[in-house]
Amino acid sequence: MTEFDVSADVEAVVEDTELPEELKAEVYRSVEERDASVEQADEIARAVEHRYLDTRVDALDPVGTVSAQSIGEPGTQLTMNTFHYAGVAEIDVTQGLPRLIELVDARKTPDTPTMTVHLDDEYAADREKAHEVVWKIEATKILALGDISTNVADMRVHIDLNPDTLQERWPTVDSVDEIAGEVAGIIEDSLGVKTVQQGTNVEFGPEEPSYRDLLQLVEELRDVTFKGIEEVSRVVIRKEETEDGEEFVLYTEGSAFGDVLSIEGVDASRTTCNNIHEIHSELGIEAAREIIIEETKTTLEEQGLDDVNVRHLMLVADIMTNRGEIESIGRHGISGSKESVLARAAFEVTVNHLLDAAIHGEVDDLNGVTENVIVGKPIKLGTGDVNLKMGSTSRSSQAD
Amino acid sequence: MASSQTPKEIGEIDFGLMDPEEYRDMSATKIITADTYDDDGFPIDMGLMDPRLGVIDPGLECKTCGQHSGSCNGHFGHIELAAPVIHVGFTKLIRRLLRGTCRECARLCLTEDERDEFRGQLDQTRKLGRDLNDVTKAAIRQARKKDRCPFCGEGQFDIQHEKPTTYYEVQQVLTSEYSQRIAAAMQPDDDDDEPMGREALANETGIELSRVNQILSGEFRPRESDRKALEKALDIDLTEEDMNKLMPSDIRDWFEDIPDEDIEVLGISADKSRPEWMILTVLPVPPVTARPSITLDNGQRSEDDLTHKLVDIIRINQRFMENREAGAPQLIIEDLWELLQYHVTTFMDNEISGTPPARHRSGRPLKTLSQRLKGKEGRFRGSLSGKRVNFSARTVISPDPTLSLNEVGVPDRVATEMTQTMNVTERNLEDARRYVSNGPEGHPGANYVRRPDGRRLKVTEKNCEELAEKVEAGWEVNRHLIDGDIVVFNRQPSLHRMSIMAHEVVVMPYKTFRLNTVVCPPYNADFDGDEMNMHALQNEEARAEARVLMRVQEQILSPRMGENIIGAIQDHISGTYLLTHDNPHFNETQALDLLRATRIDELPEEAGTEDGRPYWTGRQLFSELLPDDLNLEFQSNTGDTVVIEDGQLLEGTIDEDGVGAFGGEVVDTLAKVYGETRARIFINEVATLAMRSIMHFGFSIGIDDETIPGAAQDRIDETIGDAYDRVQELIETYEAGELESLPGRTVDETLEMKIMQTLGKARDNAGDIAEEHFEDDNPAVVMANSGARGSMLNLTQMAGCVGQQAVRGTRINRGYEDRTLSHYKPDDLSAEAHGFVEHSYTGGLTPREFFFHAMGGREGLVDTAVRTSKSGYLQRRLINALSELETQYDGTVRDTSDTIVQFEFGEDGTSPTKVAYDDDHGIDVDQIADRVLEAEFESDDSKAEFLGDKARPTNLSEHGEARRNPDILSEVESDD
Repeated sequence: MTEFDVSADVEAVVEDTELPEELKAEVYRSVEERDASVEQADEIARAVEHRYLDTRVDALDPVGTVSAQSIGEPGTQLTMNTFHYAGVAEIDVTQGLPRLIELVDARKTPDTPTMTVHLDDEYAADREKAHEVVWKIEATKILALGDISTNVADMRVHIDLNPDTLQERWPTVDSVDEIAGEVAGIIEDSLGVKTVQQGTNVEFGPEEPSYRDLLQLVEELRDVTFKGIEEVSRVVIRKEETEDGEEFVLYTEGSAFGDVLSIEGVDASRTTCNNIHEIHSELGIEAAREIIIEETKTTLEEQGLDDVNVRHLMLVADIMTNRGEIESIGRHGISGSKESVLARAAFEVTVNHLLDAAIHGEVDDLNGVTENVIVGKPIKLGTGDVNLKMGSTSRSSQAD
Repeated sequence: MASSQTPKEIGEIDFGLMDPEEYRDMSATKIITADTYDDDGFPIDMGLMDPRLGVIDPGLECKTCGQHSGSCNGHFGHIELAAPVIHVGFTKLIRRLLRGTCRECARLCLTEDERDEFRGQLDQTRKLGRDLNDVTKAAIRQARKKDRCPFCGEGQFDIQHEKPTTYYEVQQVLTSEYSQRIAAAMQPDDDDDEPMGREALANETGIELSRVNQILSGEFRPRESDRKALEKALDIDLTEEDMNKLMPSDIRDWFEDIPDEDIEVLGISADKSRPEWMILTVLPVPPVTARPSITLDNGQRSEDDLTHKLVDIIRINQRFMENREAGAPQLIIEDLWELLQYHVTTFMDNEISGTPPARHRSGRPLKTLSQRLKGKEGRFRGSLSGKRVNFSARTVISPDPTLSLNEVGVPDRVATEMTQTMNVTERNLEDARRYVSNGPEGHPGANYVRRPDGRRLKVTEKNCEELAEKVEAGWEVNRHLIDGDIVVFNRQPSLHRMSIMAHEVVVMPYKTFRLNTVVCPPYNADFDGDEMNMHALQNEEARAEARVLMRVQEQILSPRMGENIIGAIQDHISGTYLLTHDNPHFNETQALDLLRATRIDELPEEAGTEDGRPYWTGRQLFSELLPDDLNLEFQSNTGDTVVIEDGQLLEGTIDEDGVGAFGGEVVDTLAKVYGETRARIFINEVATLAMRSIMHFGFSIGIDDETIPGAAQDRIDETIGDAYDRVQELIETYEAGELESLPGRTVDETLEMKIMQTLGKARDNAGDIAEEHFEDDNPAVVMANSGARGSMLNLTQMAGCVGQQAVRGTRINRGYEDRTLSHYKPDDLSAEAHGFVEHSYTGGLTPREFFFHAMGGREGLVDTAVRTSKSGYLQRRLINALSELETQYDGTVRDTSDTIVQFEFGEDGTSPTKVAYDDDHGIDVDQIADRVLEAEFESDDSKAEFLGDKARPTNLSEHGEARRNPDILSEVESDD
């Protein structure tokens, strides 16, 4: 049965233990190496099993409270300083306590959304190729393409496009004229004006000469996205060391995870984003759980609290994703959807919960922790969850 | 406490509205007078302090139940309201019901299909534990769309709600100016056009010409159908809004007609909460025990806020009734009705927006029912979730290195107040008698005794001797705390479970709690005036649990990081560093002195001889504390490799990473491999050994230790001068517009970043120069290297240069317009104008530097204050969300309603405290196999223990027995 060369008896004694597969394999290996007898194998197996069982969490351990404390307690040591650099000096990311609160609150959009975009092999190796992806992601505004000037006398807006930038941002198109035409087309579509294009010069104006409309048009022009993803305002390209060589990695300010995944050259399997809701909608709840663990972990590590055990973060992520969607920790999420009226009332918005309970004729059957503290009964956790009572020892058992 | 009564246990709690009939049934009396006490100070019958409502004054008897104050919980009374009033808590629901039900037949305006749909939705949300109100809202929204009732066909009007408790029915009625409007509309828009004739109008609308004439002259009001026709023909609006106020009595009548099955569709439980009960006709009067009056020093009575409010309600109620009987005009009645509504509203909630809060004579807003329940100090969080307890003590803490980490020094005056109940048997009869005869003031004494018949007697100085003789088996004696008792010890804020630990009592003189300094990290305590709480446990179960689960030694490993949180700190670490770093030599007397307070009473073989006398090394002495078979190798904080083989420290320095709290390698290994008792012994001994050794070497720090020679100071000045030059260069390139910006940054930001970088480097260089001049035995260096306290950065700031001060992560930029202080020119970008402190702490700061330094310091203080409140709330929410999770016997993690959250805790089912942090499973199979094969066990017992057949013995009490019976101690000593 096993790949190891051990006798059936040895296998029987080892299989008899409660060890996980990994450890059983370890035992087989060491028994094989040492050529131990069955009795010795049995003793080894039992000793390992004893150690293993000893490392397991005790039954009825209130792991929830312990995990909550383990994350909450170092909260006092986190900084309030919102902005600081995370690996990439060019991009600001919310850090410390505000970020932790944001994660636990399950905010729809984080304060500073960002993505880490990994690239496919050829794109990752070549800076030129990587830049192609950058132009597809980064939102290109008019100010990056050329200069705008307004001619008040003729009531015209004049754009002088920079041919070099145009060529750089539209590398697949050969002629600058063509690109300028495209730009003019986008302006026509989004502003609803007629444009006149001459080489790299584009000109347009309001239908009726009006100074206000002219300025309005210039304002609107500044917000038009000519290329890339609207939400991503900036992309930084960085060379990073990997196990096998170097690769280019993109860091973005702003996030649109779904859009980025479908861009050619993006390695969807390694690209991540710090918005847990985007991850959830694109990759599902398990991925959301993973990203919550990952994000809380990096937030703590960034502050030098790398010693917080992952198990605690896992438990928080698990309870947040338990119902198949992301629930926040607090009155609008887990605490607000508790079964017990008393538990909800004791947390926040006391009076409303009581009044609602009366209207809906709710019944509190006092299963949870808070309720039992309130009514003065032992709680069903830890030693309070044990129903064993000590009896008097009978004479016969004393005799043996 | 009456022991005859069996305690009741609450099975479940049912929530619902109360039927007014039920109020009347449970009421002890009807309340009709607003007065409380008569001139003689007796409560007035049927007044607010009626003796049938319960008693608060001691000695009086309750007229309803016959019990005395303390055992009578009080009884409700009731006020018959002259007219119905609305319950403020339900105003939103009342509005919804009015909008969703028919004004005529009171049925919910939903067809059968729609009802089924919402019933289904309700079941679903109930199952999922979501908010039922969302479904109710959706159903009402659907019902409101109907113009006519699907059952009786009556047209529906919109309901307007004026906060807090007024409702209007908005009807579209014919405006009084209808004739003028029609006439105006008949006039042509342009002067050229012919005005519309009356005949034409009559033809178009189908109304008789005579009627049209009548309408135009204002003699006849058009009917609805005619109105519509007119409106259509002339394209005008002839209506105006008419607000018909719904009185609470109307609403009540309306709601009474809503059938039960219609309510169920809205998620309202019909049998528990009829909607008409949301409009009060009877007001329950809380018992006096819920609103006790206080007698002031001058004999005046001061009434509770609720009583004040009830007085108001009764007064208005009476005036209302009188006026109505006298046939007062409707206007006055309505005013009084509104006033009654206001008082009942504020009686229940005094923080309604849009309503002025009811105030006390002094101007303070009254604290009424809602305010009593709400918030941190409210009934729920303040009195039900957290309770005040007896048998607790609080005082200042101070250190005592002679105690074990498991112990706490308890002042004798605390020990004589806190008691433990002792069941007297034949075996402890003698002790019990001795305690009682010592009286309440002598130390191991007793405060109370309880006879077998249940009577409790106070032990006094006078009766103690007499009482002691009467004590027999079967009595209970409340004796004082004595050495070895277990107590629970706590320091707030209780952020993790190590903030509450069980200690063994050591009774001591003076007034402070004493603790071993190694337990400071888990409590986060210091001795600058910190106070801590102690709780004496009152039953055997609690004491056993505390001893087995909560004792300090059981908490050495922190579940947060899975490493030890108790270990050597500060001077202990400096001590072990001095002892092991240079591995100094000690003669016999010195060696014995160092090991004096440990279990070691024989020195190992000497390391060698010096001048003909044997000597021992520091590492040798440290090794004495280690178990004989310990093998370890790790990197120390100092930077060398520590090698421990067979319990002998061969190489390396023992410092923070070796024995410190927060993951000291040796302590961690001992606690995990050799058990917590062994770890406790080790920590205690390391602490004493370290203290002895630091006293042997002597360790102090002064200002001279941070002063550097003049030559070094000159070099520092030079580097800082260089940095200034470089900053100046940067500024010049910036001003010339030649500074190249970093990708994604503006030029200004780039300049700031570059200046910060340059100055940061200058500070580090200054630090490096300063550092060169410190010997390795400099106390500040020793502390920084060993990890005892402080860092090289602190030293740099003291001796070299304090460096750039920052507010909000940037150089200081605030103050005056375009400059930080009036000492500088506007737009000065130089280092000194933006908070660079070039001096050191020992050298002293200039006034300007000092000011900038204070700015940076202030930010730190504000930050801490904000952080504590934020993280406190985060912790509260986390605890609340996770508190119900528990591992089960099958290894799953479930909440109390048995929903599985994890199949195995942390994906592998292992506890963080029991696995080494990095290892996958932390079990070295090879090592175990080797041990089994070598079969090197001292005895069968140790082998059984190794195989897990036999549990390791737990050490229950450490010194209790010995401390209580000095005989044991002297016996041990007489052995030698």
